Amino acid sequence: MSPPPATATAATAGSNREQSIRRTPTIGRSTPELRERLQRIWETKPGLYGWLATVDHKEIGIRYIVTAFVMLVIGGIEALIMRVQLASPEQTLLSPQQYNMLFSTHGVTMIFLYASPILSGFSNYLWPLLFGSRDMAFPRLNALSYWIYLAAGIFMYAGVFLGAGPNDGWFNYVPYAQFRYDPGLNIDFYSLGMVFLGVSTSVGAANFIVTLLRMRAPGMSINRLPIIIWGTATASFANLLIVPAVSLAFFLLWLDRQFHTQFFQVPGGGQPLLWQHLFWMFGHPWVYAIVLPAMGMVSDGLPVFCRRPLVGYAPVALATVATMLLGFGVWVHHMFATGLPGLSLAFFSAASILIAVPSAVSVFSWIATIWLGRPVITAAFLFFASTIILFVIGGVSGFMTASVPADWELTDTYFIVAHLHYVLLGINVFPVMGATHFWFPKFTGRIMDERLGRWSFWMTFIGFNVAFLPMHLTGLWGMPRRVYTYPVEMGLGPINMVSTVGSFLLAIGFLLFFINVLRSRTRGVAAGDNPWDAYTLEWSTSSPPPPYNFAVIPTVASRHMLWEEQLGESNERSNLEEGFILDHGKEALATSALDAEPQRILHMPGDTIIPFVLAAGMLVLFSGLLLRNWPITAIGAVICAADLVAWFWPRMSLLERGPAHG
Amino acid sequence: MHPLGYLSGSGAQTASVLPLMWFMLIVSIVVTVVIVGLVIWAVMTKRAPVGPQSLRTVALEHRDGVKWIWAGLAVSIVPLLVTAFWTIAVLAKTGAVPAAPLTVNIVAKRWWWDAQYRDGATGGQFRVANEIHIPVGRPVLLHLRSSDVIHSFWVPKLAGKTDVIPGQVNAMWIQADAPGRYRGQCGEFCGAQHAHMAFYVAADPPLQFAQWERQQMQPAFAPATAEASAGLSYFTQHCGRCHSVRGTPAHGTFGPDLTHLMSRQTIGAGMLQNNPASLSGWVENAQIVKPGALMPNQHISGPDLTVLRAYLETLR
Amino acid sequence: MVELATATPTPLPVGPVRDHGIGRGGMFALIASEAALFGYLLFSYYYTGASAPTPWVLEAHPALKLALPNTLILLLSSVAIWFAERATRREERAKAVIGCGIAFVLGTIFVVIQMFEWKAKTYGVAKSSYASLYYITTGLHVAHVVVGLAVLAMLFVWTWLGYFTPTRRIVFTNGSYYWHFVDAVWLAVFTTYYITPYLGFGT
Repeated sequence: MSPPPATATAATAGSNREQSIRRTPTIGRSTPELRERLQRIWETKPGLYGWLATVDHKEIGIRYIVTAFVMLVIGGIEALIMRVQLASPEQTLLSPQQYNMLFSTHGVTMIFLYASPILSGFSNYLWPLLFGSRDMAFPRLNALSYWIYLAAGIFMYAGVFLGAGPNDGWFNYVPYAQFRYDPGLNIDFYSLGMVFLGVSTSVGAANFIVTLLRMRAPGMSINRLPIIIWGTATASFANLLIVPAVSLAFFLLWLDRQFHTQFFQVPGGGQPLLWQHLFWMFGHPWVYAIVLPAMGMVSDGLPVFCRRPLVGYAPVALATVATMLLGFGVWVHHMFATGLPGLSLAFFSAASILIAVPSAVSVFSWIATIWLGRPVITAAFLFFASTIILFVIGGVSGFMTASVPADWELTDTYFIVAHLHYVLLGINVFPVMGATHFWFPKFTGRIMDERLGRWSFWMTFIGFNVAFLPMHLTGLWGMPRRVYTYPVEMGLGPINMVSTVGSFLLAIGFLLFFINVLRSRTRGVAAGDNPWDAYTLEWSTSSPPPPYNFAVIPTVASRHMLWEEQLGESNERSNLEEGFILDHGKEALATSALDAEPQRILHMPGDTIIPFVLAAGMLVLFSGLLLRNWPITAIGAVICAADLVAWFWPRMSLLERGPAHG
Repeated sequence: MHPLGYLSGSGAQTASVLPLMWFMLIVSIVVTVVIVGLVIWAVMTKRAPVGPQSLRTVALEHRDGVKWIWAGLAVSIVPLLVTAFWTIAVLAKTGAVPAAPLTVNIVAKRWWWDAQYRDGATGGQFRVANEIHIPVGRPVLLHLRSSDVIHSFWVPKLAGKTDVIPGQVNAMWIQADAPGRYRGQCGEFCGAQHAHMAFYVAADPPLQFAQWERQQMQPAFAPATAEASAGLSYFTQHCGRCHSVRGTPAHGTFGPDLTHLMSRQTIGAGMLQNNPASLSGWVENAQIVKPGALMPNQHISGPDLTVLRAYLETLR
Repeated sequence: MVELATATPTPLPVGPVRDHGIGRGGMFALIASEAALFGYLLFSYYYTGASAPTPWVLEAHPALKLALPNTLILLLSSVAIWFAERATRREERAKAVIGCGIAFVLGTIFVVIQMFEWKAKTYGVAKSSYASLYYITTGLHVAHVVVGLAVLAMLFVWTWLGYFTPTRRIVFTNGSYYWHFVDAVWLAVFTTYYITPYLGFGT
């Protein structure tokens, strides 16, 4: 059977085709007619189909943020229950099995279902706006990454609600995680859930990387990028390389548990420490991936409230990358007590001590920005400034654990619990709360209540420190981690009570914050385009921005596009009024990687149900694997395969193929 | 006051580590105070005296400040380098096992500690559970093995923790420089009763230690009373599969050796005092005392419990 | 004097043209991630082999009589798809379709021979850590080959339907990158499992 012959009119067809291959885009200004046309092209269709099929990065970003905040609340409730159990010695509110499931699920929820997705949410919403672009590089992949996150979260929490949540800690060491010691479905839910969730992280990372390299406005060279871009980009490059390590580890564990393979099982020559290496080769860079984007939020937001550019943009940008690079070389510091040879311990200890250097660059930059600026105290400013304090405390406790002999006492005690909460709340949650206050007007068109904002800040800040500052001492006084209770004679009752009280104050702080968010959506003061007089491109759009972000593609001339006149750093001015009009359909501009020269006109995909169906198919697939039900697994696989074929089928509208032949 | 606290210690290992740890602690506190002070000072003294609505009225600054980043880094490098070098020195010192140590084999199990002593000269050996005696002033080399999952051997006042990993033998040495009873606890999450996997290291003056060793080496005396004999036969029949008492037919190695049970101050891996009431409670209802422990509840009648206890109390 | 940045009116390509387009970055990201996956698998092999008591490999001299020809077959299939990709550049549809077909057939033969090799082994997946790593590494590779066969099948169908022109053919190029990647991974897997035992690793 031979393929259909090429048409006889290839020559004329060819020249017709050639015309559609190049185009000089119109250059002009925004008009009401243009805006109306772009609105119709870009807006999500109303109704259920539109809700399921949208590829609008702003809608996807909001979904990520809302879902992640829900996870934060759930994880917080888990923590409060634990703190009640630990408030006094030898309490029996919880059984050991219940407590062990709570501390594990709390960690999993916060680290995987809150800390990374919340940053993905903000980055998803903001990146195209910060770049002066119409959308992310892969809108359908963007939708997929959210739907998978939601499905994997539901999958894992199905286990929790069935009483089979993760129960071996978030780092899930073997052999305890093996079937022999933990025969329920707990670890299976966790293992398969993590492989599932890993797909979301990986595709999200790919999207961020390609968007960064290709979708910036003309003139936005890499030295003009906001620090949140540097942070998220660094995290994304890392995620692409490290997520396979943890996915592999969990997959091999699942095989050990279900099919008696011997990857980690000692009798067959398996190595328990292989689990730890694979996990921490992922885990350590991961903890930088969940703070560097948030540090970028502070680096971009703090200068606005200090009425000046960030001090030391280049050192901060480079330190972001350096921290992550070094972060690949320190994972063994989670394994100092496992009996490794001295040379290895010395190397990783030295590296872990030295990583403080690039991490500290941002701290000094932020202090200098406040000191050399005119700080205006708003709720957002308070959250950003407090990050500096909490970062330093988390940083110095980390410095202490970097020294191997000290770590041999400190590790697996409450000193580490204190350290990890200072770095995770201090360099993720507090910046996120500041970012919420800062960007809420852009997302919703209203400003969050300032007075309630300050109350929520002080409550959160005080509650957090009352809960966690004493934990350094609790650890130094010998309380081990992950214990459901402790004897009276340890002398740890009063200090634990203080931490419990603090945790409830912290909870009230969060409650006030969420009340502020919910009330301000409907009752907040109306915001204009740029209520904070900030300097990056998103503040040149309406609040909220139109679905197409920019009617006219901006041409960028500096790092502080909206402050150029006042700063007077150079004679060049960015042009937000007149630029490329891309309106021959759903179009966006691609530019070169380093200097952001215009390179290509892109046809972007419209709303489609395909990503949703793929996530649903994967949920069926993973459920089948969990239940070891091969027919269900096969059905899921078929749904996924069919969906992928539909996804990749070359489309004329996306210019992936030529016009149809006879 | 804090039996597991490690701000102070009594061992040769802790003597090397504690000065370094205190140095880092003080540096950390100083750095924190300085940074917090700088932030608060900056905010208070530099702030624009207007409300948030007036952001636009505050003129933009652009004094260069990069040099302060370099200054901060330069100051920070000094304690970092000192720590790095001091760390390597302490590692070298604490890593080298001193000469002529006493060797004890430790096997970590869910959720208790099995310690095996061997006399090289006589070939005699004995097992104890959860109470490890060592001679003061002499280095003790511990060979750590696990029979199930990962645990961690940690006696804070004498040394840092070393994980106990199935499939490999980790070695660490400790030395007590003052006599005393030092509490230890498992330092790696190992399942349901990780919270109650404690042990004690009893550092005895050398003569006292030798006496303890001799006593432990002896098999159990034959029971003197009829009641205790009845207890022994109950024990052999119902407990001998898991527990051993040297000098009797009970040879089980799954649970602790009970040959000199009464020489120990605690039972249940440091959970309970070793007194008659606790002992009865433990034997009868271990699951209520330590839910999840691998010792099942014994459905034992009143009279049987009485004779069993009578026997156990002879195991001095 | 203030200089307002201006957009310069230059003709720009619309959509993916020839080899260049935004989708290529996506394929590179996928390849980087999957390459990392195999990197960690091989790390697991070397770490376990170095830690476990020797002899660890179950075959000190793994049989090459199936594996070596199979490697060549896979390499040839890459040549076939490369040839097909070249043909799409010149819109030589017949050659492109034949190239796809040959690559598909050779890839299928690879999978079949791999299955034969597995059947011929004297040990199962649960026998030891070596056995588990062998089957899972070659198994994950075969799974990637099967996905690659689906990709080749789709390229075959789409080329046969005349979708690709000299300018609009990036889907074909991206698909061929995936197939070359699968081939490259096999070279690393083959060297690790079949060659290093001869050099003494794990024996």
